[in-house]
Amino acid sequence: MSHGPSAPPRAPGGAPGHHEPYVAVFTDGSARQTELRDIISRYPDKRAALLPALWMVQQDRGWISEDAMREVGDQLGCTAAYVKGVVTFYTMYHQHPVGKHFIQVCTTSPCLCAGADDVVKAFLEHTGCKELGLTSPDGKYSVIEVECLGACGFATPVQINEDCVENVTPAKVPEILAGLRD
Amino acid sequence: MGYPHKSHPRETPVLSKHFGDPEARTLAGWKARGGYTALQQALQMEPTAIVDIVKASGLRGRGGAGFPTGLKWSFMKIGDGKEHYLCCNADESEPGTFKDREIMRWTPHALIEGCAIGAYAIGAETAYIYIRGEFTEPINVMERALAEARAAGIIGKNAMGTGKTIDVWVHKGAGAYICGEETALMNSLEGKRGNPRIKPPFPAVSGLFGKPTTINNVETLAAIPHILNNGAEWYKAMSLSSPKSSGSKLFSVCGNVSKPGNYEVVMGFSFKEFLYDLCGGPLPGRKFKALIPGGSSVPTITIEEAEAIAMDYEGFVEQGTMLGSGGVIIFDDAQSMPRQLARIARFYAHESCAQCTQCREGTAWMTKILERIVAGQGTYEDLDTIFDLSDAMTGKTICVLSDSCGAPVVSGITKFRGEFEALIKGRRSSTVTMPGVPTGSR
Amino acid sequence: MADVRMINLTIEGRPVTVPDGTTILEAAKTAGILVPHYCYHPGLPVAGVCRMCLVEVEKMPKLAPSCATNVGEGQVVHVYSEKALEARKGVLELLLINHPLDCPICDQAGECELQDYTFQEGRTDSRYREPKRFDPMEDFGGDVLYVTNRCILCTRCVRFMDDVHQEPVLCVAERGDRATIGKAPDADLTQPWAANVIDLCPVGALVSKDFLNKARAWELDRTASVCTGCSQGCNNVLESRDNVIVRMKPRSNEDVNHFYLCDAGRLDYRWMNRPDRVEVPKIRMHDVLSPVDWETAYDEAAKLLKGKRAFVVASPSLSNEALFLLKRVITQTGGEGVFRCETGFEAPLPGVPDLALRADRAPNVYGAELLGFQRHDINPLAGLKQGDVLVLAGETLPGLDLSATTRASAIIVIGTVHVDGIPTPSVVLPIANVAEEEGTFTNLRGRVQRFLQAKAAPGYVRPSWYAFADLATAVGANSDDMNLPSVIFSALAQSEPAFAGLSYDTIGLRGGLIAGATAGAH
Repeated sequence: MSHGPSAPPRAPGGAPGHHEPYVAVFTDGSARQTELRDIISRYPDKRAALLPALWMVQQDRGWISEDAMREVGDQLGCTAAYVKGVVTFYTMYHQHPVGKHFIQVCTTSPCLCAGADDVVKAFLEHTGCKELGLTSPDGKYSVIEVECLGACGFATPVQINEDCVENVTPAKVPEILAGLRD
Repeated sequence: MGYPHKSHPRETPVLSKHFGDPEARTLAGWKARGGYTALQQALQMEPTAIVDIVKASGLRGRGGAGFPTGLKWSFMKIGDGKEHYLCCNADESEPGTFKDREIMRWTPHALIEGCAIGAYAIGAETAYIYIRGEFTEPINVMERALAEARAAGIIGKNAMGTGKTIDVWVHKGAGAYICGEETALMNSLEGKRGNPRIKPPFPAVSGLFGKPTTINNVETLAAIPHILNNGAEWYKAMSLSSPKSSGSKLFSVCGNVSKPGNYEVVMGFSFKEFLYDLCGGPLPGRKFKALIPGGSSVPTITIEEAEAIAMDYEGFVEQGTMLGSGGVIIFDDAQSMPRQLARIARFYAHESCAQCTQCREGTAWMTKILERIVAGQGTYEDLDTIFDLSDAMTGKTICVLSDSCGAPVVSGITKFRGEFEALIKGRRSSTVTMPGVPTGSR
Repeated sequence: MADVRMINLTIEGRPVTVPDGTTILEAAKTAGILVPHYCYHPGLPVAGVCRMCLVEVEKMPKLAPSCATNVGEGQVVHVYSEKALEARKGVLELLLINHPLDCPICDQAGECELQDYTFQEGRTDSRYREPKRFDPMEDFGGDVLYVTNRCILCTRCVRFMDDVHQEPVLCVAERGDRATIGKAPDADLTQPWAANVIDLCPVGALVSKDFLNKARAWELDRTASVCTGCSQGCNNVLESRDNVIVRMKPRSNEDVNHFYLCDAGRLDYRWMNRPDRVEVPKIRMHDVLSPVDWETAYDEAAKLLKGKRAFVVASPSLSNEALFLLKRVITQTGGEGVFRCETGFEAPLPGVPDLALRADRAPNVYGAELLGFQRHDINPLAGLKQGDVLVLAGETLPGLDLSATTRASAIIVIGTVHVDGIPTPSVVLPIANVAEEEGTFTNLRGRVQRFLQAKAAPGYVRPSWYAFADLATAVGANSDDMNLPSVIFSALAQSEPAFAGLSYDTIGLRGGLIAGATAGAH
């Protein structure tokens, strides 16, 4: 439930609009293809595997490009437009490349009470990200505000890629960043 | 990580009994704690007999609406020749609520058992647990537990050796609050945008993949094994406000409070004692000011109103609010209500699915007005506009997201109008930010 | 169908009886009440998202979306109650907060449902003090331009492309107030029926590039007509300003084209405004065509045809009336009538049964066949015998080897333009085009449909039926009484068994089937 930036930020290390050629994820004989088929078998309609398939693409490629929308659409029998509608609905799918460490700070009401704003500032300061939603110049970090992470009792929770760190205070930010593997 | 923590003596740990106990996460550990006996027993019973027990227990949906679970199950016509589905709603996204997260993190097998019993009781062979995408750890724990249960033949094509098929799968969401609305959840599961559907048809008639479907909250399903093991009477008797509300309920407490966390108390428990005794009262030197007691979607109440509440479905309604999901957000006297309510409105504006006009445009407009008031640019007319806007947004849309935006805001303005007027007059209310709050300290 | 239960209810105090399963919105229409709405469209699946059609139903706790609420026995519905009006006023205000209000430069102005309902039920002012959302406009390809700021997210366009066209290239992208209509990255709206989204759009969000800034809606004269693009015979409206056709829009007819018109048809109107017309009758003098009056031209034609066979190549775009009178000329001279029809690919609209851009790209192929004209697509001149008088009626024979025309003893051209590549004709009779006259076409399913006159013909041009009636009289087949299209059609209906029983009155503007025709049976 992230607050994405309104304009796509620059891809790290590249000029705007510069894309490397897309490499398909679900190639014949690949483990991903097997995995996708397994997931499809759980549902009476293969389109139900759309969210899982998009997750796989994001895990492998870091974000979901228009080429990826086409590939997933082809796999599941829907058009790229349909996939686009779905991708843009769910805020956890990245519509552009993001930093290696994608840092989401919860700032919804309960966390706001606990000072989440200061945690956001601390992350921006220590990562070198100039603004929310932008990737740091070294391509390592993106910081965004996120709506309720569902860990309100452990304010402020911060989701860094797959990990949820609880009880984050501004003072803990440098230590947390130091602990991230490059 | 918040847990493990010691249960408060006045809690009634039924669901939370094993929170913090890593062994309870494993199949062996769960079995050693009496796990899967209820499922064993259930699979020997007629589905209708299970529904009858759940009906008798008085269990009501723990996701927010409080619909009687047994009655909901009885809408599923066994033997109608159609596929049936059970969806477990684990899209816990209501700000202030984090109970399902802990159930899944610590007692995944309780949920699997509840799902399996529920599926069997409604004539479904497949259950999907729809977990919000941000819950990476709960998803991993659930996946591991499901793999164990599947390998042990507890679920699958021959569940517990009975020849019955009960498949349970995790489906990972991708960041959309609205997918906690049951029809949006079904759309999302089908690989669509998470747009709520127009009702009727109701899910029990045409739900997931167009088939009869029941959607239950995590906490509801996790309570099922306990009810089967101990009986409906036990569950009812536990509550202080039987027969209207029965059993125990997990309340998530967060915001400006000494000991935030999850607390399991019986229905009818005194909210005043709950706040001051179990949750440790306000932070040192502070006073409680306001609460949103059922997740951010319910009306805001003052601490005075809260202190009069007996914690059950009716008790909250009597004070003009709702039990909702049981997520208690507490604001103390250092908080600016306009700022908090503006933030809540922004949440809804961000999460609106964009279908209905009132919600798509109204939530965003309300946010802009509130943020302008907070910035010291408000007018008295703005407050009137918000009330009108809330009227326009309430009871007129497909789902209740836009109602949920108006409810806390309008009640908040009504009860804390002075703070808004102070901002409008150009006088800011005392403090806006709060220095470091000791969180998760229990 | 006989078992459908009828439901009685009251809408705004008027008793209404409709079949079970009807929505309140449709039931209200039968009582003459149009409940304001945006997302609902009878040709599309119900979305129920604009929330504009809220009405008050007694005993229902909330206002009901009338597009998605079925009628119930004994219901009492209030469309204009205070509660319902207040709710719709709220929707209108919200739809307008981010709307650019650029009506003065918007092509939809004057036929915009946002304008209409706001005028009817909306607030006179706005309480919105915040900056408006701004999104750039986007070229959707084909004839479609998406003006994002005007969009009210009714999703009619998305549902049309998904469910009717079955080419899902549009979607709702993003959510909340950031939502817009999104288009597939690699697809343009160039599908054969895609431009219908422009008509479906209730506001000025999807506009036609072809019509962009061409005219204001209130300056247009509108005329019921029939598309001449193919044998489907889609009902349309010709919209003209100052005697120039500027736009063609579909006219709904459930039996033919529902609400739709294909792109090829709708954009093919410029020829109706051609300036290079034959405007006066001409006869050949000293090998040069010279203007004469009509009577002289008829006399010349009759003289040429005396004792000769008229070999008529008629256009299948001529009306039944014209062909009927032309047939009299053929019969009188013992001649024969043929036609050719240009063909192309067939492009069905999948969501509507029996609707397609047909392979036969002319409106009256079936009518020509019924009136005895033989179809010869490859070489229509094959039957032209030495010494015949070749009559080219509305036909210019493009792309054919015309050397056979030298076999003719004389050539009479009756048309809107000169014919290239043939020996100088002896007589040229200028006739009106479809926009300039009245008549009927018979579509491929045997539906006879009227078209009306939308503009004045240039110069001395006469309607085709008028010219053919006089020509028939001149060659001896007295047609003096054939002085109105309706009269001609009555005569046609009396003498041609297929058309028996039909008249302009029975056909109306929705068409009537010829004897023995059933939809899809041709």
